[in-house]
Amino acid sequence: MELPPITNGFELVYRKPQTLTETPMHYCPGCGHGVVHRVLMEVVNEMGIQDKTIGVAPVGCSVFAYDYMNIDMQEAAHGRASAAATGIKRVLPDRYVFSYQGDGDLAAIGTAETIHTVNRGENILMVFINNAVYGMTGGQMAPTTLLGMKTTTSPFGRELGLAGHPLKITNLLAQLPGAYYVTRQAVHTPTAVRKLKKAVQSAFHYQTLNKGTCFIEVVSNCPSGWKMTPAESNKWLEENMLPMYPLGDLKTPAQTMN
Amino acid sequence: MSTNDEKSEIRIMKGNEALAEAAFRAGMQAYFGYPITPQSEVIEYLMEEQPKHDCVVLQAESEVAAINMVFGASGAGARVMISSSGPGVSLMQEGISYMASAQLPCLLVNVQRGGPGLGTIQPSQGDYFQATKGGGHGDYRLIVLAPSSVQEMADFVFDGFRLAEKYRTPAMILTDGALGQMMEKLQLPPAGSLPHTETTWATRGKPEGKERRIITSLFMQPEKMEEVNHQLQAKYRQIEAEEVRFEEYGVEDADVLLVAFGLVARICQKTMQLARQKGLRVGILRPITLFPFPSKRIAELASTVDAVLTVEMNAGQMLEDVRLAVEGRCPVHFKGRMGGMIPSPEEVLEAVEEVAEKHNVELSR
Repeated sequence: MELPPITNGFELVYRKPQTLTETPMHYCPGCGHGVVHRVLMEVVNEMGIQDKTIGVAPVGCSVFAYDYMNIDMQEAAHGRASAAATGIKRVLPDRYVFSYQGDGDLAAIGTAETIHTVNRGENILMVFINNAVYGMTGGQMAPTTLLGMKTTTSPFGRELGLAGHPLKITNLLAQLPGAYYVTRQAVHTPTAVRKLKKAVQSAFHYQTLNKGTCFIEVVSNCPSGWKMTPAESNKWLEENMLPMYPLGDLKTPAQTMN
Repeated sequence: MSTNDEKSEIRIMKGNEALAEAAFRAGMQAYFGYPITPQSEVIEYLMEEQPKHDCVVLQAESEVAAINMVFGASGAGARVMISSSGPGVSLMQEGISYMASAQLPCLLVNVQRGGPGLGTIQPSQGDYFQATKGGGHGDYRLIVLAPSSVQEMADFVFDGFRLAEKYRTPAMILTDGALGQMMEKLQLPPAGSLPHTETTWATRGKPEGKERRIITSLFMQPEKMEEVNHQLQAKYRQIEAEEVRFEEYGVEDADVLLVAFGLVARICQKTMQLARQKGLRVGILRPITLFPFPSKRIAELASTVDAVLTVEMNAGQMLEDVRLAVEGRCPVHFKGRMGGMIPSPEEVLEAVEEVAEKHNVELSR
């Protein structure tokens, strides 16, 4: 759909990329998924690789990612997106392949696939949305849920003796030689979104080098699961999530070379 | 024996190796697997020979990962195979259900071992139910081929890929540890004889100006999910109408019909010979496809024999399909060994004699 370049006397400076479909997103108000979808598809659009990109959607809130991203996509079993992406990339090595998973999918049920995909240095981009809850099933405890954080399966707050520590899987993955670029970003402020976009651009570019796995964690929110307004959730994220999951690069190509 | 076709060769090979070599010759483009006895020779052979072929061969971290790699590669349009044995095939069931629902072709191989549990590494047919009734969650079927020789371990790879791609559904070669491990003479099928099918549905990157492709097994609206189920069922009915395969020996004058598949069908051939020497008119029906099952032919024969004896290396699994086919036309008996034990022709003969005596079967001289 072509939008008019001038609207009510204002110049149009920003529009939805054609790599996103017209389907209205089902995400809750204030949810970070829509922003991450958009950033990914903006980069695909700007790089002109829509016809060479294949995405893999997870099980979780973003299970319908393929309804919104206007590219060829597969919907994987719970936790197995990186294995499916491995299968695609191995038979189509000249395509851009990315997986998109939440914390339960990537860091609980899919931990083995996650670690071994990165350890083999599969030449794909893995996008990891960490909002510390299982959103789709109604806000249950995730491997990344903070200590003391209340969820529907930790109603009195996550207790160390029962549920153990939050899993910082991105730090773990950064130790693996197969990882080429590992970074942790967020989408709670415009600045954070711009930084995420740079990281996504780098990751897609690195995929052409065939040097290993690129892994981007996005610390995100879940207003519905956290039982907060969108604004409250972004504030809570900044005050509680970021101390545990600090933003920045965990491994850059320069370090990989050393 | 001589052949003019240079690509077609006579060899002596293990069943597992014959299957692996046949997979290359059938134009396999990717294999994902995880070692498990008694089929590890498949991935070992493939890894050794891979440099000669344009084919991905990857050892995954688990059968769970492997089947999902198969999902991805098949969804990208590749001809893909995966092999395992009972415990590993159990781990794959979720992925197989997803592939059946998403209508992705692939060739699965189960070199059965004795179970349940970790069981034993000796041959068994204990996974018949799992293979033929679905195995994972939801209403789906696999096309199941049961070889009974090393020759068929190779030949059925071609049939498996062809059928899987024709119907866009996973197909399985259901074999066992004995067929996988034993060596026999075989004629290897010629390479390049299986053409690749159109895969315009595959996710290979959205072609400019065309609709994107989505591979999914998720249909949230129950009306849509039921429609998908109707599509799948229509496909299975077509498979039942067109793809039934079986072999029969000595059924024309048979009084006792043996029904057996795979390795046991060969054991029963010796039993038949021994029985006929004693004047007992024994015939054999050997289902080659376990799904679709040769129910119609078994029903016809049930009207002409005094009794049916089903012989299996399990507690009586195909037996249920035989009974459903016979529908009371004649008595149906069962002889089975379990847990990795193989019945001898003589002990099957004893069972035949018991059945013959019970039903007053007349001797032929």
